[in-house]
Amino acid sequence: MTTTVEPLTPRTRRNSELGLLVLAIGIVLLAWVTTDLNRNGTVPANIIPIAGGFTVLVLSVHLVLRWKAAYADPVLLPIATVLNGLGLVMIHRLDLARGKLGTDGDAYRQIIWTTLAVALAVAVIIVLRDHRLLRRYTYVSMAVGFVLLLLPLVPGLGQTINGSQIWISLGPLNFQPGEFAKIALAIFFAGYLVQTRDVLSLAGKRVLGFTFPRGRDLGPILVAWLLAVLILVFQKDLGTALLFFGLFVAMLYVATERVSWIAIGLLLFGAAVAFALSAFTHFQKRVDLWLDPFSPDNLERSNQLANGLWGMASGGLTGTGLGAGRPWLTSFAESDFIFSSLGEELGLFGSVAILVLYLIFCERGIRTALGVRDGFGKLLAIGLTFSVAFQLFIVIGGVTRVIPLTGLTTPFMSLGGSSLLANWVIVALLLRISDQARRPMPEIPVGVASDDPSPAEVTQVVRMS
Amino acid sequence: MSELTLTLLRLGLLALLWIFIFSVVAVLRTDLYGTAVSRRGQRKAAKRQAKEQRKAARAPQPAAVGAGGAAGAAGVAAGAAGAPGAPVPVSAPADGAPAPRWGRGRGKGAPTTLVVTEGPLTGTTLPLRSGGLLIGRNPECALVLDDDYASGRHCRIYPDPTNRGGWVVEDLGSTNGTFIGRDKLTSARPVEIGTTLRIGKTVLELRG
Repeated sequence: MTTTVEPLTPRTRRNSELGLLVLAIGIVLLAWVTTDLNRNGTVPANIIPIAGGFTVLVLSVHLVLRWKAAYADPVLLPIATVLNGLGLVMIHRLDLARGKLGTDGDAYRQIIWTTLAVALAVAVIIVLRDHRLLRRYTYVSMAVGFVLLLLPLVPGLGQTINGSQIWISLGPLNFQPGEFAKIALAIFFAGYLVQTRDVLSLAGKRVLGFTFPRGRDLGPILVAWLLAVLILVFQKDLGTALLFFGLFVAMLYVATERVSWIAIGLLLFGAAVAFALSAFTHFQKRVDLWLDPFSPDNLERSNQLANGLWGMASGGLTGTGLGAGRPWLTSFAESDFIFSSLGEELGLFGSVAILVLYLIFCERGIRTALGVRDGFGKLLAIGLTFSVAFQLFIVIGGVTRVIPLTGLTTPFMSLGGSSLLANWVIVALLLRISDQARRPMPEIPVGVASDDPSPAEVTQVVRMS
Repeated sequence: MSELTLTLLRLGLLALLWIFIFSVVAVLRTDLYGTAVSRRGQRKAAKRQAKEQRKAARAPQPAAVGAGGAAGAAGVAAGAAGAPGAPVPVSAPADGAPAPRWGRGRGKGAPTTLVVTEGPLTGTTLPLRSGGLLIGRNPECALVLDDDYASGRHCRIYPDPTNRGGWVVEDLGSTNGTFIGRDKLTSARPVEIGTTLRIGKTVLELRG
């Protein structure tokens, strides 16, 4: 057999990225103009400063990528731009419907948050030269993640909104710390699993074709499960609990290649959900709403799911056109239900396009994980990608009645600062990791004495357990 | 604003969204990185042989010459791809001395490829790169060995800094050692065409 292994010399693809970005900005502007023409019959008066600002914002990320991460993935940034822009247009459109104009509007705040989020992403790309540096903060991020997750339970700080206590209020700002906990925990899980995965994947005995782990190796998954149960019981939020536990189980599975972890995870989570269902009326109501959103009782209690479904149905194949539908009839049309709002006005073609964009985004994340050469980077990229994908599944599954509705934000689109900030940080981290993955192999410096450790060969001291 | 314009805008937006998706996919189609593993030579030779056999079945008399020529051509093609195919004899020097092959003088002609002649990866060819070649179990290595006797970063081959055109092999403190014949490598040592290296179950040979 004759096989030739040759390293491919990748191109940076920054020019392709620029082209896609121009197209992305064009889509967002066209969406905005369509909205205003449909609502007011005029082109928005402030289009030049705002469109200019948006373009400058996005292009600045592009330039920073050229400068600091030339080999980063070329499609992540354009996709994030389109999704964020369409979210902004929809929020603006709902502002118009409710008569919230100018600085009163949600769109105004969302634009400020977008600016801050993009600035934060740029800062991450510039400051973080190498994603492997994050491994040093494995246990710091564990502490940060757990504190962030449990922060809403602190009396006086936590706030209960819509039955779930996942918010904290600091002065005028309401914040969802869980969004950041997701990043911190992905870093922690990656750092922790890359150290312990040999133990977790090798030891154990085979029963019924599955290799089950030893009892003492169950510790970590039980801790993660307990934390998820705490969130479930005290914050009454199935979505967040599902997201964190799912993230841990998925990363455990990727790290160990063992299906038995998924089985154990599903079993544990199923038990927790069964318990929550029997103990809390809050969950019973949600399941009831999910099973039969159109019954008179349920319509009386909460018609948002039914309204969202009717909205999407009235959109049909090509939608009513941005600004011509009635998405404001659904409560939380700008946050939890932004997907059904867009589904109504862009139709099936538009909503499938949005889902395909998310799909490509996640595919690029996984491709990055496959391409990057260090175990920590692989696990981190998978963890971040999975958190976006799973969050999307939970929220869009809820809106389209695949699973019971639990309030989580739609990444990049929903109204809300914490979600935007966190997701742009995820984009920045994925860009940074993909730069490492696609960059040509580091050349081993020659010409120096061989016992002089070159930078590429500095050994990393890893403290085991 | 007329109804027609609004409809056109609505459909135009959807069209633009999908154009965007297709251009993203177009970018991805050409976005390749990592390592390319291609199987050349063999397939070409097999194809030619099949063709010649078909020809031979039709006209036995002149095909004998044609098939012979084709086999030779296939051998050349395989040789160009660095293949230890049937027409090119593989002779791994067993005595361990870095013996030059193919009648070339010692030190003449620098090696350009590294060929795996024994072990699970037999037949794999790697071009020598000026940046050096890392061999070991780590996925970052240019040649990734799945062998319990190989270390993560086992050894590397890089251009000789003192001798232009020469190549040097260096053991990177591996557990089980890199061998040239029976000699365990203790320091960086120059290699030439025909040198065989043994790492665990894998035998590598440098070719011109």
